[in-house]
Amino acid sequence: MSDLLLPPEHRYAKVIEERRNEDGSELSVLNLGPTHPATHGIFQNILLMDGERILDAEPTIGYIHRAFEKIAENRPFYQINVLTDRMNYCSSPINNMAWWMTVEKLLNIEVPKRAQYLRVIVMELARIADHLICNSILGVDTGAYTGFLYVFQFREKIYEIYEEICGARLTTNMGRIGGFERDWSPEAFKKLETFLHDFPIAWKEFENLFERNRIFIDRTVDVGPISAEKAMQYGFTGPNLRAAGIDYDVRKATPYSSYEDFDFDVPVGKSGDTYDRFCVRNAEVWESLKIIRQALDKLPEGAYHADVPDYYLPPKEDVYHNMESLIYHFKIVMGEVPVPVDEIYHAVEGGNGELGFYLISDGSRTPYRLKMRRPCYIYYQAYTEMIKGGMLSDAIVILSSLNVIAGELDA
Amino acid sequence: MALDTVNIQNKITETFGNSTSNFRMQRDIFCFDVDSDKAYNLVKFLKEDADLNFHFLTDLAGIHYPDNEKSQQFAVTYQLHNWIENTRIRVKTFLDGENPELKSIVDLFQCANWMEREAWDFYGIQFDGHPQLKRILNMDEMVSHPMRKEFPMEDSGRTDKDDRFFGRTS
Repeated sequence: MSDLLLPPEHRYAKVIEERRNEDGSELSVLNLGPTHPATHGIFQNILLMDGERILDAEPTIGYIHRAFEKIAENRPFYQINVLTDRMNYCSSPINNMAWWMTVEKLLNIEVPKRAQYLRVIVMELARIADHLICNSILGVDTGAYTGFLYVFQFREKIYEIYEEICGARLTTNMGRIGGFERDWSPEAFKKLETFLHDFPIAWKEFENLFERNRIFIDRTVDVGPISAEKAMQYGFTGPNLRAAGIDYDVRKATPYSSYEDFDFDVPVGKSGDTYDRFCVRNAEVWESLKIIRQALDKLPEGAYHADVPDYYLPPKEDVYHNMESLIYHFKIVMGEVPVPVDEIYHAVEGGNGELGFYLISDGSRTPYRLKMRRPCYIYYQAYTEMIKGGMLSDAIVILSSLNVIAGELDA
Repeated sequence: MALDTVNIQNKITETFGNSTSNFRMQRDIFCFDVDSDKAYNLVKFLKEDADLNFHFLTDLAGIHYPDNEKSQQFAVTYQLHNWIENTRIRVKTFLDGENPELKSIVDLFQCANWMEREAWDFYGIQFDGHPQLKRILNMDEMVSHPMRKEFPMEDSGRTDKDDRFFGRTS
């Protein structure tokens, strides 16, 4: 049996037994997590330490595994949306929209331009919220609490916009098959305008606090670097990959929801260290703001959902007064809608990288198989290699700069 | 050379002949099946051939088909991506229902490590040559593979969620 199959503490006990340092000190095993406040989520890492230095690590994951893929095999398509919320809960609207787009691709539904643009706006807002949390918490982990306080209230503003759009804040369950459940209220656009005016000022201030900060640079430059080659091997996507210097972005590579209409850049880093990841996320926030501005300026009039009565719930008044609407309503709620037999894969650029749904449909009311490509799950594998040889405090910083979200990791 | 599906198909059939079958477009992705004993070589070929250059493993998924004949009850799909040509490809390989086994591709793609562990955890697919094939999301003490279709999602003793009361049969 391979040694790697043993529990890590047994493996490490052997190493400790065999090795003594020259000054007589011993190696030690440290249990980081699962519920350490510095890990921002439930991850456990069993570390083999030589003093402050990490020699080896083994992550344990699955503490909040909720079997989403199994549940999805037993639920009609519209009920799966609430599962996607709970994956990357820092940017739930991206997950929601990704799921609807997957279903629409399966059902061959053409979404009206207005709905597509509104989706782009809300997805970019979610990306800002995601990067904002990641970067400001990275600041907290390096000892700079102030920046976090400056920008964190803007996450609240973003949540207020979500609330205005769909009524929920964190787990949004936003949208429907074919578009949105309702058109955006004037209040939502007003809040969005206020946000677009106030947020850049705060974000600029935040950047100024960090980007040339001596302490921050000392803590992050050359900490946890990963080469482009390695990042590709480990299946990195999203900001973490771009920080290593590869400009792969799903929004550019395979544009969805009209991303081809907007003009934006894909910021890339060079060395793939913590500082580059921080800067790439910062720059992406500016690009997201640019996209939102363009989408608002070009926002077409028209329907906010596709005309697909088979899949889109009719207005409630009609259900009470109109036989046809009642039938559609009943069929949709019961999940008895026509679904083709097919296999599709749809990917979007999530907060952390390529979020993909591989959906096998056998024509029944539920997916036959739904595989979620969760970017966190895939790139967290590299964490062990990135922290080896570093200090314990660097391991914490690397973890926050990778933006590993427990919900997405464990699904 | 643009990476047309015809070119991909020609190159693959040239090298692998009868081991590959069922070439088809599934919406925007070109797919085909491969015999399980050739799967490793095929993925290696797709990755290392200079023209094909599918250098990125997007995803690896296990699937259970209990209604198929015995030798095809499990499947593994590889989704590969060539970023330069921006072409995706999906390779599916069917495995035996009794004893699903496949050669591990961890030495080709490091990210396959946890993906294969996930497939082992949930479907019980044995990956030969995997360095650390143990459960990943479920606890080590678990004996079953919960994504198999026969594994019930909910407590079978429950009566309040009987589908028959909602007019559903299946």
